[in-house]
Amino acid sequence: MSPTPFVVLSAILFTIGAVGVLTRRNAIVVFMCVELMLNASNLALITFARANGNLEGQIAAFFVMVVAAAEVVVGLAIIMTIFRTRRSASVDDASLLKY
Amino acid sequence: MIAFWILAPVMVVCALGLLFARKAVHCALLLAVVMISLAVLYAVQDAPFLFAVQIIVYTGAILMLFLFVLMLVGVDASDSVIETIRGQRLLAVVVGLVFGATLVLGVAQLSFGTVVGLGTANEQGNVPAIAQLLFTKYVFAFEVTSALLITAALGAMVLAHRERLTPRLGQADLAAQRMRDYAEHGKHLGPLPPPGVFARHNSVDTPALLPDGTPSQASISRVLLARGSVRDAPGSATQVEQLGGGDRSVPPRDDASDQGGAGR
Repeated sequence: MSPTPFVVLSAILFTIGAVGVLTRRNAIVVFMCVELMLNASNLALITFARANGNLEGQIAAFFVMVVAAAEVVVGLAIIMTIFRTRRSASVDDASLLKY
Repeated sequence: MIAFWILAPVMVVCALGLLFARKAVHCALLLAVVMISLAVLYAVQDAPFLFAVQIIVYTGAILMLFLFVLMLVGVDASDSVIETIRGQRLLAVVVGLVFGATLVLGVAQLSFGTVVGLGTANEQGNVPAIAQLLFTKYVFAFEVTSALLITAALGAMVLAHRERLTPRLGQADLAAQRMRDYAEHGKHLGPLPPPGVFARHNSVDTPALLPDGTPSQASISRVLLARGSVRDAPGSATQVEQLGGGDRSVPPRDDASDQGGAGR
């Protein structure tokens, strides 16, 4: 099993996630695209772990998952707070810091 | 490798769906497909521990959290099509395509040497081997992780907490409020009309007909109206949405109306 197809798939998923972050307006969907990017990098880490024959890549993927869980909790709480005050989950509406 | 060639197209199609789906719930479900497929790929690549963690943490916990917040925020919070920066979407797609092409071409040309495989590393099982690393070499990072998790949980609690600024309305206050609305604005005092019951439809998404044959907007939940899933009342040509605001004043969504008995 050559690792190249796995890494290429992870690159494709990462790109799709990045484009989603740039184009979508709904904050929750933007967040889902960030999760997709994290998952794509996890796939690359696990593939490299197998290619190199040690488990450090899997450990790194495990830590990425833990940090992603914490990040999702705080991020969704922020989105909920913004929605409560502005009645909208669009990333364009939260622009008050500009002024 | 068979699993990979079956799952990879599914994953790419579902990830692309994440870009094009209009409703956030559909995005969440597509993301669930991608994550479960990724878990299978982890299992294929000798990572049974991460396979379990991926399913439990990502599809079990994180996606449930997403769906929970979608429920709180409202299913109708969909994307706006207006661009705030002109040409931003087109530029983003172009930059994304260039980035993706560069990344894929670069990675595809790399040679990763001979694949060692995890046969020796997983000799006593994957979980003991990971535990061995986690509790010796990476023990400090592991401990810091616990601090991070506690901080995140506390932060989420602080952010999601809402202080009550107005006194809680009791049943007597609500009744007085309703009488005052009737006296000042002539707002209907009784309960709202029930949805239509007809020979073919008797579900809550069918509006009731008024004596003059027009559908009554007050008989339909405003959540269904916002989702756009209200049926046509049989025998009436006009749709409920076309009635516009009408005389049905949508109460502001605050605590008072949520606790009100008349609110449906």
